[in-house]
Amino acid sequence: MSSQPEIQPPEASTALPIHIQGLTKRYGNLYALDSVDLDVKSGEFLTLLGPSGSGKTTLLMAIAGFNRPDAGSIRFGETEVITTPPHKRNVGMVFQSYALFPHMSVAENIAFPLKLRGVSATETAERVETALSTVQLDGLSDRGIEQLSGGQRQRVALARAFVFRPRILLMDEPLSALDKKLREQMQIELKHLHEQLGVTTVYVTHDQREALTMSDRIVVINDGKLVQIDTPHAIYNHPANAFVADFIGESTILPLTRDSSGKLLFADHLVESDLKTEPGSEWSLVIRPERLFVIKDATEVDPDQAIAFSGEIRDFVFQGETAFALMSLSNGHVLSFRFGTDSLSQNSLQPGDRITLGLKRHDLIIIPRGRAQ
Amino acid sequence: MNVSADPDSRNEGLNEKTLRVQGVREQRMLLSLALPALLAIVAIIVIPVGWLFYLSFVDGNGQFSLANYQKMIEYKSYARVFLTTFQVSILTTVICILFGYPLAYFLAMLPQRLAGIFMLAVLLPFWTSLLVRTYAWLVLLQRNGILNDFAISAGIWETPVKLVHNMTGTLIGMAHIMLPFLVLPLYGSMKKIERDMMHAAANLGASPVQSFWRVYFPLSLSGMVAGSLIVFVLCLGFYVTPAVLGGGRVVMVATQITAILENQYDWGAASALGVVLLVATLLVLFAATRLLKLDAALFGKH
Repeated sequence: MSSQPEIQPPEASTALPIHIQGLTKRYGNLYALDSVDLDVKSGEFLTLLGPSGSGKTTLLMAIAGFNRPDAGSIRFGETEVITTPPHKRNVGMVFQSYALFPHMSVAENIAFPLKLRGVSATETAERVETALSTVQLDGLSDRGIEQLSGGQRQRVALARAFVFRPRILLMDEPLSALDKKLREQMQIELKHLHEQLGVTTVYVTHDQREALTMSDRIVVINDGKLVQIDTPHAIYNHPANAFVADFIGESTILPLTRDSSGKLLFADHLVESDLKTEPGSEWSLVIRPERLFVIKDATEVDPDQAIAFSGEIRDFVFQGETAFALMSLSNGHVLSFRFGTDSLSQNSLQPGDRITLGLKRHDLIIIPRGRAQ
Repeated sequence: MNVSADPDSRNEGLNEKTLRVQGVREQRMLLSLALPALLAIVAIIVIPVGWLFYLSFVDGNGQFSLANYQKMIEYKSYARVFLTTFQVSILTTVICILFGYPLAYFLAMLPQRLAGIFMLAVLLPFWTSLLVRTYAWLVLLQRNGILNDFAISAGIWETPVKLVHNMTGTLIGMAHIMLPFLVLPLYGSMKKIERDMMHAAANLGASPVQSFWRVYFPLSLSGMVAGSLIVFVLCLGFYVTPAVLGGGRVVMVATQITAILENQYDWGAASALGVVLLVATLLVLFAATRLLKLDAALFGKH
């Protein structure tokens, strides 16, 4: 195969930023993408996280060039690619189904993009070997795809996606077909690989834990709109609204009331006194179950440091490394809480027990009240 | 649990014998379900073919003789009949691939509901009588037929073109009748090619033409080989269409067998022709399965 003029000869892998503006994709009356603006920084690991049908895959496919948006702009660095066909975009992609070619061996699969770019046979062989050893599959080059395990296929798909040194790497739920143990191992490996390659990576998943584990930044996407873009830490500790709070991590969302002086209260607990809010706006309190702790004596709690909730245990479930319980408050709301299973006193909890739970003030999360509760 | 190393020394487990008997009984029941089909195969295939075989090896006096086979070698006309048969079969298969591949590709690209409608158009003629379709072609293609009349009035050609009672007519009719046998398996194998495959090829830098030849075509090959094989083997023994549209000028094995039986009432000669055709067909199938196995080893299952 002679080299193609439209594909740049591969050079040392330098990452490219992605700039997306006003990207819109409609299916009938449904907006799969609703005027999306997104800047992916050069070399960053960005995860698109959302429930199925949220538009995250549509966005990834638009970046890869597999669908034609109705409006908008996508730039790789300074280059506008919105009308560029997929085979000229020069981005690597790992598919959910892996999409390995069954009529080719492992080595032929990985060599495929190199052959199309007119790389010499000796260099191709060298780079295939290097790619295989990067994904720890040395010696498997002559295997057929059918002979590989799921985890091995995943690695071949990965090697094929970066062997031609693309400056942008896309991944569409690449780990979803693997079992839990292997998935968690691959998450760490992918993260290391990203550090090693330094390539701008856009990763799609519906698994919030995966997103929290791997990402530099997470984009939470719902109904074709970007809901929040932030670091995993910030997304978890400061969700922008009820959807994010509910979708990422476990949470109890409680309605807050406002007294005459504008202070936000839950039952008779003062939650926030100096939040600058418009009068009439409504707010909710988000409680992460693992941030609650058991208090022996409610009078020990300093109200400046923490809030105490008293109630009755309704349900108690042992789940291995942690236990999970539901507690009914006197006003009818139910708090879920989670704790380590090493502490003997907590293991002996029984439905019907009356206990007090504390929550430190810096763990309080206040969000505007919205839908999706 | 019994962990003894010697299986004979193990005590018989709870209900072990009853369960074993039950298992054997179940297998017998399954076997008895296949019995009617087995009997039918013996009655309508094994016995007649065996009889055919026997007839081809005896002379008029009931003595063992190779005379029927010797005749086939001696007379050039027999060789010509086999040559014609293979020629027609190969050409029909090639025409079916040339028309069927794009058609199957088109069907596979359509959304499911539209594909169903177009598939009906492929299958509808398939469900009408073979004879009706063959005579319909005769009406269309004959000297004063619709096609010639139209072409002459449109000024495409001036004198009627001979489209039927020759090889052309036979091939047109055969290809039309055989097309569904190629399109159906081909469509099936094309439908199995995931959309992601083509996306992956494009993503890795293959132009649409390269994607097709390097990924799509090799993956659709198994369906094409299967379909071609069905068409080819069906063509080898085809009778009605070459008889009607060939007009006696395209003599295939099946037509020759009829001729021998009608004119000479020579069962031995007719049987010998049948046996040679059967052996030739089996050889083709054998070679093809060997090739297909190679194919499976090279391309993997898909």
